[in-house]
Amino acid sequence: MISRIALLGAYGIQSLQQLGQAGILLYRVVFFPPNVKKGFPLLLQQIYAEGVLSLLIILVSSLFIGMVLALQGYHTLAKFGASQQLGPLVALSVARELGPVVTAILFAGRAGSALTAEIGLMKATDQLSSMEMMAVDPLRRVISPRFWGGFISLPLLTLIFNITAIYGAYLVGVRWLGLDSGIFWSNMQSSVDFRADIVNGIIKSFVFGIAVTWIAVTQGYYATPTSAGIASATTRSVVYASLAVLGLDFVLTAMMIGDW
Amino acid sequence: MQDNIVEISQMSFSYGNGRAVFQDVNLMIPRGKITAIMGPSGTGKTTLLRLICGQLLCTKGSIGVDQQEISTLSHRKLYALRKRMGMLFQTSGLFTHLNVFENVAFPLREHTPLSPSMIHTLVLMKLQMVGLRGAIHLMPHELSGGMARRVALARAIALDPALIMYDEPFTGQDPISMGVLVKLIRTLNDALQLTSIIVSHDVTEALSIADYVYVIAGKSIIGEGTPDAILHHSSPQLQQFIQGLPDGPVPFHHTAKSIAQDFLEGTIE
Amino acid sequence: MYSQRFIDSIVGLFLLLAFFALTLLAFKVSGLTTLFPTQTYTVTAAFDDIGGLKVRSPVKIGGVQVGEVSQIDLDPITFKAIVYMKIADQFNDIPDDSSASILTAGLLGDNYISITPMYSKTFLKKGSEIQFTTSAMILEKLIGQFIYRLGNNDNKGDEHAAQ
Repeated sequence: MISRIALLGAYGIQSLQQLGQAGILLYRVVFFPPNVKKGFPLLLQQIYAEGVLSLLIILVSSLFIGMVLALQGYHTLAKFGASQQLGPLVALSVARELGPVVTAILFAGRAGSALTAEIGLMKATDQLSSMEMMAVDPLRRVISPRFWGGFISLPLLTLIFNITAIYGAYLVGVRWLGLDSGIFWSNMQSSVDFRADIVNGIIKSFVFGIAVTWIAVTQGYYATPTSAGIASATTRSVVYASLAVLGLDFVLTAMMIGDW
Repeated sequence: MQDNIVEISQMSFSYGNGRAVFQDVNLMIPRGKITAIMGPSGTGKTTLLRLICGQLLCTKGSIGVDQQEISTLSHRKLYALRKRMGMLFQTSGLFTHLNVFENVAFPLREHTPLSPSMIHTLVLMKLQMVGLRGAIHLMPHELSGGMARRVALARAIALDPALIMYDEPFTGQDPISMGVLVKLIRTLNDALQLTSIIVSHDVTEALSIADYVYVIAGKSIIGEGTPDAILHHSSPQLQQFIQGLPDGPVPFHHTAKSIAQDFLEGTIE
Repeated sequence: MYSQRFIDSIVGLFLLLAFFALTLLAFKVSGLTTLFPTQTYTVTAAFDDIGGLKVRSPVKIGGVQVGEVSQIDLDPITFKAIVYMKIADQFNDIPDDSSASILTAGLLGDNYISITPMYSKTFLKKGSEIQFTTSAMILEKLIGQFIYRLGNNDNKGDEHAAQ
């Protein structure tokens, strides 16, 4: 019994220590970025690797999500004779919730896992150590551009997700189910507010960007440098990031609705 | 008085989980010589290198490199010191996303304001020394293990360090590349007036090029001297290591209960 | 490994795409027009009950949007709701005896203001007030009246029976 309590305590201390390490890592990444001239090309490379390469999955999934939303929404709304409200339904649910959340989760799966695996492997093959030995701080040279790349890429991907999803809904609602295009857009415009809906969605995705990339780089940087260690770090990266996104989404929504 | 680039005195080190690795170790690395540090696997030879280069900090005692105490250096001074150290890792640690040329150019680009053409010349010179000038466009995964180690060596000497550390340079090499590496280490040391530290458990190779040898086992140094002196040392522990005997002061069996007791107790719980 | 120039231009394209998406979201989806305000003039109208009307609700003539609600106040004396409407300058020939009514888009839709033009030769201009207004229809009130009337009819029936 006592030993179990001790085990629990040890686990707690260990978790606290990991959290502390992650916090220090974030602090060093945020406050000691590489200098502009050397860092900018690295940052662009990371935006390419994390943002541009995630574009395809974001485009395809958002198109389908928009189409499915329109199809489901249309049949439910039609029961109340309110199928003209399809535009607002899709636009609001995408801009407020689905866009930021689904993009962040897809991003965690596509880019976050790659980040963790890449950094973990660099650690396992002594690339990070040899960088340190060449007097180059791997936090600046490797981790920082990856963190900022993700932070910048995710909101951009969210914007693109939003537009494609709404376009998908337009295809199904207007082109297929025969809603009037003018009503579709004008109802959408009158009920979607730029500040309250779209900007809040973007703010969410910035927060998600920090959370997902922070978790990904931390898991990679502190991964056990073996193949099993990297595998479990990658899994943890995706799982933790997805959970963090969903949890943060609730908190942020509560804050935004409560007008904090 | 001999000039030492690394001076370790009364140094103890243990990991965060309490496992002690070193106990009161005294060690001097003379400047301009090749010093071999030998010992069985798992005695913390690599840990010793990490202590010297400041990636780990000792728990007691002092480690001085170039008259500077490693544990008290600021982040910036430590990095300045590391520019004058090179290290060759067991896994060579080449950057997998850069080709051979870029790998060797990496420290130059990071630390010097040299023009691209200067960097090109320097990189070619370094690669010429290790005999791989023809391989500049290859990616690390296209290199054999021995070639990768030579590229890593070229990268380690790119900034013309004063001290270079080799972590198990001979493990997993075929006889030819082993011979190449032995020759390279010797010629580089003499041509560039380096100080070399070789960590190894390959007795013959290490003894063949070292000027001075330390043997570590069980948290402390069990023998030191010139290769000749080591070969004829009377300590049984040392002789077991050098001759590769399976049983001796370092037991063949891992520490365990008596065999009868183990069998009687039945299944492992 | 791609060349840095290729990556630069691809990332530039990516940024452009995202910026384009933001523009679409702003103007096509959320109908944000306040960033580039067109010339408008403001007229007011007083209503007994505005129902679910809110700021940015559309103002329409014959179903075509000509402006939007910019502000809603309560008159402290008459306790009527004063609605300020911004109307685009191109519609500067709305007769000043027109009436404004608050309607609902569909059975459950949002409220909007519909202006019904009349025949006066003078037009609405900046600061003028629309005199004739019809308040929002409140569904609960209508149902209440309907039930009340049903109840009265029943009572009459009972009286007839008693006689």
